[in-house]
Amino acid sequence: MKKYYCFFKLRFATGMQYRMASVTALTTQLIWGLMECLAYKVIAEASGDNLPMEYSSIVTYVWLKEALLILFNTWAADNELFAMIANGDISYELCRPVSIYSMWFSRITGARTAEAMMRCIPVVLCAFLMPKPYKMNLPPDGVSFLLFLLTLFLALGITVTFCMLVYMLCFFTISPQGWRMVLTGAVDFLSGNIIPLPFFPKKYLFLLELSPFAYMQNVPFRIYSGDLVGGELYQCIVKQVFWIVALMVLGVILWKQAEKRIVIQGG
Amino acid sequence: MKMKENLKLYVKYASACTQSVMQYKLSFLLMVIGRFILTFGELIALKFLFSSFAQIKEYTYGDVLLCFSVIQLSFTFAELFGNGFKTFSGMVRRGEFDRMMLRPRSLILQVIGSRFEVGRTGPLLAAVITLVMGIWYSRITWNIMTIWTIAAMIIGGTLLFIGLFMLEASFCFFSIEDTSLINVLTYGAKAHGKYPIDIYGKGILRFCTYVIPYTLIQYYPLQFLLGKTRNWQLAFCPLGIIGFLSICYFLWRTGVKHYKSCGS
Repeated sequence: MKKYYCFFKLRFATGMQYRMASVTALTTQLIWGLMECLAYKVIAEASGDNLPMEYSSIVTYVWLKEALLILFNTWAADNELFAMIANGDISYELCRPVSIYSMWFSRITGARTAEAMMRCIPVVLCAFLMPKPYKMNLPPDGVSFLLFLLTLFLALGITVTFCMLVYMLCFFTISPQGWRMVLTGAVDFLSGNIIPLPFFPKKYLFLLELSPFAYMQNVPFRIYSGDLVGGELYQCIVKQVFWIVALMVLGVILWKQAEKRIVIQGG
Repeated sequence: MKMKENLKLYVKYASACTQSVMQYKLSFLLMVIGRFILTFGELIALKFLFSSFAQIKEYTYGDVLLCFSVIQLSFTFAELFGNGFKTFSGMVRRGEFDRMMLRPRSLILQVIGSRFEVGRTGPLLAAVITLVMGIWYSRITWNIMTIWTIAAMIIGGTLLFIGLFMLEASFCFFSIEDTSLINVLTYGAKAHGKYPIDIYGKGILRFCTYVIPYTLIQYYPLQFLLGKTRNWQLAFCPLGIIGFLSICYFLWRTGVKHYKSCGS
């Protein structure tokens, strides 16, 4: 277990190096979030009481999305890993006396957590200082904040296990960028990154709730903004755990398959 | 004569780039599909949003679709042709730009030619679908003036985004810092420009007129296109982008003059 912790720590330290980039990223995200809040404001005015979420919940959702972007985006995957698979450096990884799946899993989780921590604090601070209607709100109570942290952690697990599937698929194609594009494109929409999931019509939402995508960022963000409460909330947590285990098993199976047929040329 | 020669060279570049991408046919296809899904997802999102209300600030669903498709088409064309500017920092770092300066051909031609990317056509299909839907839903009387307006919006928009990419590339000459801030102006405009700019309020409308002239290809001609005003001069707003492009070109030229190789 200790060695996996070390991979986590290593990537964490590397992530901390890019401080200047964080400043520009902060500005970008603030502008982005504010524009989105402005658009939803007009939408809220246009639809009266018809909106599936309260306006204040939407604003909080938008800011959380901006603050924790790195945790959940599937497009900014670890390019080093893709390069390793493509150029054969994977052979060094195979020499290590550790499981590749667990090593990469800790590595991705570490990198994401480090970057998210760097980025979320300034974004959240600024979001709390915004003028009234565009201000991020506190969670309804302490319990929901704790539940938010728990589900955030689980949602990260689902996202990373999903990304691991994408990496594992790369062992089966020569050029991985295509797969990556299709999967990330789909996840972006289905996990509620473009519009929050409550905006989806009921019949599609029902289907979506059968997939792991509805349990990524959707759950923690809606708990924090007070949109997801009661029995439904606890159901979501159970489903989150289910999907982590399911995706992880699938990933390990894929890896075992890949390990058998891996061929490294030259050196 | 020179123009013709340059064009020939560009076509050669483009076909070479296309051929290299086509070596991985499946990957190329998936790339196009992936990019298509990304854009199409936004279209569906818009449809879902509009199910709870009929119009926002006097813009109907069809109006917003038209606006969205114009921005998407512009951005996609700009990415297709101007991709070289987007990846310019890498060219400088790897010393590719130094090699280009040694060749007796136009620099811009080499920069944009060497990175022509057919894979960018994915969103094009989604954007065309949006355009057709927009035309279907919004009740515009089609005549020479309205056709000109929408064509000018798309072409002007393409030039605007190419100008912005050029601006981004020019910053590489002056600063080694991360230039990702300009992404707000390009990707931000693509993402948030799907609504007519005036819904964001007066301040943003002013910024988008006087700082970066997005309104010249979106808000003002749109007013004429949708028949919200009889002021036909607004249809010629997109021509103003030529001025913006000249400024970008000037900055680029200044940058090239100041360029010192980092030696690699």
